[in-house]
Amino acid sequence: MTIIIAALTGTRLVHLSIVDLVIVVFYFALVLAIGFYLKGRANTGEDFFLAGREMTAWIAGLSFLSANLGALELMGWAAASYQYGILATHWYWIGAIPAMLFLGLVMMPFYYISKTHSVPGYLKLRFGESSRALSAISFAFMTVLMSGINMYAMALVMKVVLGWDINFSIWVSSITVAVYVTLGGLRSAIFNEVLQFILIWAGALLIPILGLIEAGGWKALQLKVAQNASVEYTHLWSTLGSFRDNPMGIHWTGIVFGLGFVISFAYWTTDFLVVQRVLAAKDLRAAKMAPVIGAAFKMFVPFIVILPGLLGLAVLPWKLTGEATAVATGGHSYNEVLPLMLARYCGPGLLGLGVTALIAGFMSGMAGNVSAFSTVWTYDIYAALFRKKASDAHYVSMGRWSTVIGVLISIGTAYLVMQFLSIMDYVQALFSFFVAPLFGTVILGMLWKRASPAGGFWGLLAGTASSIGMWAWVKVDPSALGYVALSSDARDMAENMYRGLWSWIICVVVTVAVSMLTKPKPESELKGLVYGATDIPSEAQVPLYERPAFWAAVVAIVFAVLNIIFW
Amino acid sequence: MRPDEPISIWFFIGISLLFNGVLIFGAGLYQLVHPPAVKVILFDLHAGVWWGGLLSALGLIYCIRYAPPRG
Repeated sequence: MTIIIAALTGTRLVHLSIVDLVIVVFYFALVLAIGFYLKGRANTGEDFFLAGREMTAWIAGLSFLSANLGALELMGWAAASYQYGILATHWYWIGAIPAMLFLGLVMMPFYYISKTHSVPGYLKLRFGESSRALSAISFAFMTVLMSGINMYAMALVMKVVLGWDINFSIWVSSITVAVYVTLGGLRSAIFNEVLQFILIWAGALLIPILGLIEAGGWKALQLKVAQNASVEYTHLWSTLGSFRDNPMGIHWTGIVFGLGFVISFAYWTTDFLVVQRVLAAKDLRAAKMAPVIGAAFKMFVPFIVILPGLLGLAVLPWKLTGEATAVATGGHSYNEVLPLMLARYCGPGLLGLGVTALIAGFMSGMAGNVSAFSTVWTYDIYAALFRKKASDAHYVSMGRWSTVIGVLISIGTAYLVMQFLSIMDYVQALFSFFVAPLFGTVILGMLWKRASPAGGFWGLLAGTASSIGMWAWVKVDPSALGYVALSSDARDMAENMYRGLWSWIICVVVTVAVSMLTKPKPESELKGLVYGATDIPSEAQVPLYERPAFWAAVVAIVFAVLNIIFW
Repeated sequence: MRPDEPISIWFFIGISLLFNGVLIFGAGLYQLVHPPAVKVILFDLHAGVWWGGLLSALGLIYCIRYAPPRG
């Protein structure tokens, strides 16, 4: 108790009242209660790792989105919108919606019909053990490291915003996640993610509503942003004709091809952290519908993330700066814009709900990481490489243990990052190495029967190696940026976009070339895995309003209209 | 809902919204009667009262609609 009281004292951006603390404590009690309640329903491998494959489209879809909607995502993109303006919205719209719809309509049938437990599991079925091993080991390793980095960053946020001790935040949040995921498996993670999704909206929605009232509406907000920053800050596309015309230093080709195609498709269609939620759907139509529902909600997330950043530019009486300047001058950094706006409008109770939304966001992201790690470790590493024929109960037990161990490694990483901050940059870069080439391998595997096992493996390896090579090249010789990102004016984000694009192209070219020179799998072994060799159930008898394709078209139209409105 | 089915996630969400809504509504009402010395921006809109009321109402609807079967 003394530790808790001590942790709740110190310098802070906002001060919580008793009502706020009760709301935060109730949240922790509820997520643990859900974990304990679901303990009895996670006894088989199917239950523990795939939530019994009985989630409705709504639950799978909201969970799919929630696993990605971490607190750092919320605060980071609010900060980015303060820094770069409405351009940050591209990461929610073109950087997500087309890929989510593509996952639902084109890729989900193969993931779902193949009955795979994971994305590396699909690679095993399609290309063989070596591709699975490469993908599984890199995914498992990077997932727990990223989880640790997020944990440290979130604890730092809690220290700045609430004055909480870093150790307190790390241990309380991770023990809570470990308990409810270990007890209830993926079902518990999904239930809590849906709860967290609702809390995030309930806690964050008031900021844009009250902010727009204070600013005097959207038009008045645009005028104020133009006065305080620049008129380009409220335009999505019109400033992307040149690297120099927009605050992000990016060209439209980077946004459309790098972000909108490679990075976005790679993340939303092959990152097992999010795909696992959809694999838990109760049937194929629910699995196809879940990403469409996720996309519909994703389109409106900028309302609670990007708009607060723009509102900060318009109504805050002081200028926010970069982290280093803020520390040197005692001012506030971009990263604090969301909590600053929260403190600006929210009194007792509302503040507690807003803080709970941030904590919920962090925990949903972490639960996503550890549940995905546990599945990949158990099925794609342990069962594939160490113990091939064990009982289902043994693998469930391994799943529980690997959840705990995954959390402990994450905690260890968090402390390592605390000592060596530069690790954060390296691990984030490492994560980006694997994502884009993996998409090349999976998409060729699903759509091209001729892609051979050797082609899949060497393409994945070549794409990953080339991504690492380009990153190292720019590190050693910064002038190489002009070649990798097509312009020496490009910034970090633009470099990531282009590196992803090149590594994807290299992966595809190598996969095609090696496949043409090597023996493909016989068609009988491709059933359920590849377009043209898989019987996909017809939806001709399903009413139009129940078809995923219909709702995907509706989402696509709204997406197009939104981009035109904010052009 | 069959007796052997798990309690719906929407029921848990209802509990959360109801509990938080009632607390926020109560805190908002208290501030309406006893305004604080340091006020948040747009204090006069009393966001806590209507937002708390809205969350409570939604939470109550979900609790009733998705209540687990008795017995």
